[in-house]
Amino acid sequence: MMELVCPAGTPAALRAAVDAGANTIYCGFADETNARNFPGLNFSREELAEGVAYAHRRGSKVLVAINTFPRAGSEQLWHRAVADAKTAGADAVILADLGLLAHAADRHPELRRHLSVQAAAANPDAINFYASSFGVRRVVLPRVLTVAEITAINREIDVETEVFVFGGLCVMAEGRCSLSSYITGKSPNMNGVCSPPSHVQYVETRGELAARLGGYTIHRNAKDAPAPYPTLCKGCFHSEDKTGYVFEDPSSLDAKDLIPALAKAGVTALKIEGRQRSRSYVAQVVRSFRGAVEAVAAGRPVPPGTLASLTEGQAATTGAYRKTWR
Amino acid sequence: MQLTVGPNQFFWDAALWRDFYLRLADEAPVDTVVLGELICSKRLPFYQTHFPEVIERLQAAGKSVVMTSLALITLKRERKLTEELVEMGLEVEVNDLSVLPHLPAGAAFSVGPLVNVYNEGSFGWLAARGASRICLPPELPLASIAILAEAAPVPVEVWGWGRLPLAVSSRCYHARLHDRAKDNCQFICSADPDGRAVDTLDGEKFLAVNGIQTLSASCANAANQVPGLRQAGVASLRLSPQSEGFVEVCKLFRDLLDGKIAAETLSATALSRAPGGQYADGFLAGTAGVDWSGGPRRAMMG
Repeated sequence: MMELVCPAGTPAALRAAVDAGANTIYCGFADETNARNFPGLNFSREELAEGVAYAHRRGSKVLVAINTFPRAGSEQLWHRAVADAKTAGADAVILADLGLLAHAADRHPELRRHLSVQAAAANPDAINFYASSFGVRRVVLPRVLTVAEITAINREIDVETEVFVFGGLCVMAEGRCSLSSYITGKSPNMNGVCSPPSHVQYVETRGELAARLGGYTIHRNAKDAPAPYPTLCKGCFHSEDKTGYVFEDPSSLDAKDLIPALAKAGVTALKIEGRQRSRSYVAQVVRSFRGAVEAVAAGRPVPPGTLASLTEGQAATTGAYRKTWR
Repeated sequence: MQLTVGPNQFFWDAALWRDFYLRLADEAPVDTVVLGELICSKRLPFYQTHFPEVIERLQAAGKSVVMTSLALITLKRERKLTEELVEMGLEVEVNDLSVLPHLPAGAAFSVGPLVNVYNEGSFGWLAARGASRICLPPELPLASIAILAEAAPVPVEVWGWGRLPLAVSSRCYHARLHDRAKDNCQFICSADPDGRAVDTLDGEKFLAVNGIQTLSASCANAANQVPGLRQAGVASLRLSPQSEGFVEVCKLFRDLLDGKIAAETLSATALSRAPGGQYADGFLAGTAGVDWSGGPRRAMMG
């Protein structure tokens, strides 16, 4: 059966995910060392140790994402995060930065290392480089690849691959995007945030509601229509004679129907995005995907979807997995 | 401080491409020129026949010539291109880490701005691996640059001029804006030699697209930051090519670095040459990248 890797932004979400059938949970510390550095989210050292114990008692694993790029002069904060993840009993750390990978391989060789999607290793050369240089055992593939390309990659590498199947969808190669810091000063790479709520404003003018980020209008809707969150790359813009979603519609990823194809492509693990999501959201998504993974393992078709209400703007896409997306 | 001309990010007509670099060789007071294709492997066949002539002319003019890798390498054909690039025997600028394993031991390489070098660990690892120069990601604030440059075993370069490379995707936005599939793009990005503007619904200048790349609408201009960069020990400034007035921009930066003109003079003189018609240097200042230290950042479409 394919491994289901599920998000937990809080200890309660971790327990909910484990109880709903997650094989593996990923989470992060409550600071800038992880790429979901939102207020009120993530784990203290004690909470992580307790969460790991809870998961292990039920046969689940815990991965700790330390996947931002350490700030010059403050690398010890990230180094300490790796050491503390090991102390808490984490089954692996998920890293993106070259220097941090080198540090972890050197200082904690026995701690399993996964390559974060933030490293955007998009071809076999990159993956083999991370595997041979830093002993990386699993690579989370960037959301720029088709299923055919994933199949070809798996033929040329010796490490496991993990792919996103549900949740927020980065349109850009992950870890290689500074759109957010261009507009707000805060970026996924440096601060673990993208289009942060601290820079969002909803402004009503002439019967319309504008969703602004850093003072720039990202969406404008009729006042009574639901206003999408102003994620920069999902906004509506003008470009010469065109007006529309230049980069991507406000939609999120749902690749549930592609699970059989991903299994055939040699993918080891399926990842659900959403550490910022509620406990009940996580439980619902995990249950649905656990059912799908079990069905596929038993040779049955993927059960019909029930998650439409959980996708962004109620719109789902299979993203780059299908070539037509490009 | 030296001047490096980064790789052209855009898709130009082959004749324009050739003229641009021949003129650069003859007239621009720059030290290093990075050639090659950064954004889309499909563009390369249109102008690569001019490489030998341009390389020879640049080298004859005393400029170092470096060949860039692609920014995002996914296709088999693109991996093969990387091998061919290495075989050219010139210094390679790595803009995707997957290039590293293609480099034989001892091969000369430098690291471009699209590789994530945010800290001493990454910097040191790449320097130990043989990098001869590292151009830092444009997102880095001066505070980080100073820490990295202070202990740097190899020269540090910083983005000095041109639309900022903010993101790459597997999706081609030029094709998407023309309702075409990426594989049937018909090279429509050549219509926008400095990128295609993306404005907000309020008509504010916002971003620009160039094939799979997203850039800033504003033109980065590090002129006001030169004293800080110099004090930090930065060895070179990177100027990014644009279709018109680029040699003049190079000359202005040379004059600024030589103390012949003030930063304000450079900015005032070069504004009409700046893609997007407005400046940004917020990344260096450590605020939002779009901010400009020389005045208001926002300009409505006129």
